[in-house]
Amino acid sequence: MSPALVVFLVIGTIAVASSILVVAMRNPVHSALFLLLTFLCVAILFVMKGAEFVGAVQVLVYAGGIMVLFLFVVMLINVRHLPDERVLSNFWKGGLLVGLAVFLLFFTMVRPGVFHDPVASDQALRTTYTYRHRKVHQPDGTVVRKLIRRGKVVGNSEAVGMALYTDYLVPFEVASLFLLVAMIGAIVIGKRELSAIEEENIPAYMLERSETEHEVKEAMSA
Amino acid sequence: MLEAVPTTEAYLMLSGTLFAIGLVGVIIRRNMITVLMAIELMMNAVNINLVAFSHRFASLEGQIFTIFIITVAAGEAAVGLAIIIQLYRLKSTINVDEARELNG
Amino acid sequence: MHGIDWVDVGLSVLKIAIVLGAMLNVTPIMVWVERRGSALIQDRPGPNRVGPFGLFQSFADAFKFILKEDMLPAKANKILYTIAPMFGLIPALTTIAVVPWGRPFTLPGGRLFEPIIANVNIGILLIFALASMGVYGIVMAGWASANKYSLFGGIRASAQMISYELSLTLAAVSVLLAAGSLSLTDVVWRQTGSFVLFNVIKLPAWNIFSPAMWMAFIVFFVSGFAETNRMPFDFAEADAELVAGYHTEYSSMKFALFFMSEYMAMATMSALVTTLFLGGWDIPWYTEPATWVGFALSVLSFVTKVSIILFIFVWVRWTIPRLKYDLLMKLGWKVFLPMAVVNIVIVALFIARGWL
Repeated sequence: MSPALVVFLVIGTIAVASSILVVAMRNPVHSALFLLLTFLCVAILFVMKGAEFVGAVQVLVYAGGIMVLFLFVVMLINVRHLPDERVLSNFWKGGLLVGLAVFLLFFTMVRPGVFHDPVASDQALRTTYTYRHRKVHQPDGTVVRKLIRRGKVVGNSEAVGMALYTDYLVPFEVASLFLLVAMIGAIVIGKRELSAIEEENIPAYMLERSETEHEVKEAMSA
Repeated sequence: MLEAVPTTEAYLMLSGTLFAIGLVGVIIRRNMITVLMAIELMMNAVNINLVAFSHRFASLEGQIFTIFIITVAAGEAAVGLAIIIQLYRLKSTINVDEARELNG
Repeated sequence: MHGIDWVDVGLSVLKIAIVLGAMLNVTPIMVWVERRGSALIQDRPGPNRVGPFGLFQSFADAFKFILKEDMLPAKANKILYTIAPMFGLIPALTTIAVVPWGRPFTLPGGRLFEPIIANVNIGILLIFALASMGVYGIVMAGWASANKYSLFGGIRASAQMISYELSLTLAAVSVLLAAGSLSLTDVVWRQTGSFVLFNVIKLPAWNIFSPAMWMAFIVFFVSGFAETNRMPFDFAEADAELVAGYHTEYSSMKFALFFMSEYMAMATMSALVTTLFLGGWDIPWYTEPATWVGFALSVLSFVTKVSIILFIFVWVRWTIPRLKYDLLMKLGWKVFLPMAVVNIVIVALFIARGWL
């Protein structure tokens, strides 16, 4: 067994075990922390497949952003005690069956050796390409302009960045627009409308001190 | 550098397992936050697939798609958690089964 | 696989030993500086009994920490309560690995000695990825303590750190744009040498002196205070409001670990500020020779700059009062984030015009 395979087996086992615990844990904080562990394992798996940049982004966004957000919300809600509740829904047996079926489906589809792994060369994952027109003299004397592609081996992050800003520029811009929409949506949904009673209870000095009523509302909901 | 001995199939198996676990979580759990976490888990399983294929076919496309999926996951988490907070304010519960008023 | 090059391994171990030793010694030294510095600012003697100038006070403190009883609150979550301090310490210790701390030079054997533990091409991305894990130690400690004050400390810390991480990262993007690389080694090399401003002053080519990047420096520096939970922004502990915040329930060495991680995070942040904006190991108006002399001088220069920044951390703590919490969030989202984005555009314009 090669070292890489050992690493894969260990990390994969941890990932699967912790993801089972994400689903099985009663307390959402424990679930969130096990999900964090899963994400970190997945990041290591990414790096093993020549995707350093994606691995770093995975840790940065998932572990550093999304999971903190989850923990934040869990703790915000946990401050006021939740009533004891049943963890499983009524059709949990059916759910387990569906999961098992999907797992078996994947298992039968992916037999070892289907993809005939070549001797891996991840050079293409760290190469940027430049295109240039060049005049090529044909045997019959005519001159044809041809598009020449030239690759240059750089780092993985540079290659991904280059691809994002050239071939995938439009999807990239759409993604940024999507993020803007999601941000506005989250703010609009999450903002608390003050009830009439609460609005009356705003102390007078707060109304005097700030310039607009809107600002007071913001301060109260924060 | 590490050799690429863990094959593409091994990655696909792992990703399938994680996806199935996430699916089970979405179906059987009642706590909304856990359901959202299970969805994130499924997205990550898909990411593993894409990265494995990106390596197998020596093409950056898989990694690019992974980045877009991470973007979508971030937006989804933000909006989903905002909805959960609002639901909690409205009904003092984050149980999925309690939020079925439109179920006529 | 190639055979293992034992000289390489030995050099790596040496580098790790040097950096780890320096990082572990930052805490006692900084505790002393902090206490003496605060005494200086508040016009009182400060600790002066243990050793000359009270220099050994920190070691006495450490000894006391070891001897204290290690308490566990009755309702605390035992496992999380125990691993939270470790979770806080690991990111603080590991992020320094990609920061170069001296000029590379050729060893007698013809081998190039690069004073950086891991020269990876995703350099700064790794730093931010690891640094973003630092919040978990605080959040876990706050939650596992089963204490309202701790919990509020944890919640505040999580909100604060993800807010300021954005402006921190975006401010660093300006520098990376100018350097054209994610590797911190390249960032430093780009800042060596000097440029002449308005045909009058000859300034070292550090990013802080660049007309395009002083704004990024301000954003980065102040966000760094927020990211390390230092004084104007120390809402995770906020001793006037939350007793001691997330580490209210901690005692003995567990508390000491939080203490250590705070000072190590400070040291890492200072090293980052130095590397990104103050020219790293570059000595102003002087070209270091590519020998061990240049190496020694450059390390000295790096350590000096980091020390100055660390002293500013202390200085600010005892000078500026704590902000209100909503003002802190407003400052992060409505001032620093736009400033950082505007600065990126400015740098991009400078690059497009060929001024940078």
